[in-house]
Amino acid sequence: MIRPAGEHGLLVETGSLELSHRLDAALRAERPAGVVEIVPGPETVLVVAPGADQGRLRALLADVVARERGRGGARTAEGEVVTIPVVYDGADLGSVAVLAGITVDEVVSRHAGRELVVGWLGFAPGFAYLTGLDPALRMPRLDTPRTSVPAGSVAVAGPYSAVYPSASPGGWRLLGRTSVRVWDAAGDPPSLFRPGMRVRFVPA
Amino acid sequence: MIEVLAPGPYATVQDLGRPGLAHLGVPRSGAADAPSLRLANRLVGNPERLAGIELTFGMARLLFHDGAWAALTGAPVDGPAGMGAPFWMPPGSELRLGTPAWGLRTYLAVRGGIAVEPVLGSRSTDSLSGLGPEPLRAGTLLPVGRPEGEIRADLAPPPGPRPAVLRVTPGPRDDWFAAGALDVLCARPYSVSQDSNRVGVRLRGAELVRARQGELPSEGVVTGAIQVPPSGQPIVFLADHPPTGGYPVIGVVREADLPVAAQLRPGDEVRFTVRPAR
Repeated sequence: MIRPAGEHGLLVETGSLELSHRLDAALRAERPAGVVEIVPGPETVLVVAPGADQGRLRALLADVVARERGRGGARTAEGEVVTIPVVYDGADLGSVAVLAGITVDEVVSRHAGRELVVGWLGFAPGFAYLTGLDPALRMPRLDTPRTSVPAGSVAVAGPYSAVYPSASPGGWRLLGRTSVRVWDAAGDPPSLFRPGMRVRFVPA
Repeated sequence: MIEVLAPGPYATVQDLGRPGLAHLGVPRSGAADAPSLRLANRLVGNPERLAGIELTFGMARLLFHDGAWAALTGAPVDGPAGMGAPFWMPPGSELRLGTPAWGLRTYLAVRGGIAVEPVLGSRSTDSLSGLGPEPLRAGTLLPVGRPEGEIRADLAPPPGPRPAVLRVTPGPRDDWFAAGALDVLCARPYSVSQDSNRVGVRLRGAELVRARQGELPSEGVVTGAIQVPPSGQPIVFLADHPPTGGYPVIGVVREADLPVAAQLRPGDEVRFTVRPAR
């Protein structure tokens, strides 16, 4: 289903993150005329195209969705895997272990043991929701968010992990820190993470 | 160079923002009332995309160390040449602005544009993410760019206040609300809350009741989106809105009416009206 999002936007319901990524990649490659923003989410892709013919764009999006859906299980080939070295000394490492009913070492091995996928970015510039977290590490957010979390903090909340791109308030549980700069406003691209990219944490 | 002697209640540098980066979590930002900034730039012969100053509730004092052509648009304040006409600020002169007769945001363009260092292609202060220059404060020094182009227009009579009516395109998530919620939205005026800012106009009025509970997976949102948090009190997203959100959007304010939304003051009343999606 494709829903209107104002005069210039269309919200395409994909129903899955994987189809969101495929649609995002296809639209970035094809860049239909007039498209300014392509914003993938867990079950949608927002396409903003001021000045584009909405009827034509809607038909084109429906075609691309049908085509990408039909390609079955073939993953979007974001070839590279980004490796993030982590010093696992986060303030919440112990409480995460207690809540998960496992040892601290096991928290580390489970966090670093799986390849994660960048789902989408939001909350702050460069803040990527990393999907595919080991279910044992699914934690509610802190009841009281911290007023400041340092840039480079590696954290978990709900089914996601993240690397704080810059210092900000935050309620995620901190497992450790990385020296990798995931966000640099002067960089090109400014964000290390892009939707669909694969990520692996390794103990530093 | 322009020296800020007093910024008034809140003032920032704004251009047309950072489009195209929402997928990296970067708000568009830019002038809340973009047509007013574009007009101010045209009046001083600038390309429309150059940076100017967005004043909130006027009351700024600016010292022009060098002579410059300038123009004021948006919420009308007393200035050397009134609104909508270029005026010359001699070297060493001070521009003192009062409170607007109506509206909230006044735009000052200077020939050559405000030339602070751009971040991600824009000089806008993004109040949500912190990208771009700090908000203006007493002592801030603003460099002015080299003029390009010519001054062509010499007068653009400012429009009076437009009726506080926002036309709405329903969706994308109007089906998350109880039947008739759009009628409720449009039935009676809402009042503008004190905690409105560049992120959004927060409204108080009839509660918009949801038909569906639970959380909406995070999704991209557009400027003008009327987002409804669990309180049922709508928020109209302005320039610094987050690029994604998890509360359902019942409708989107038409682009032509965004300047009306951007000029609403706390305490103002505003009405919505629905026009069907094309």
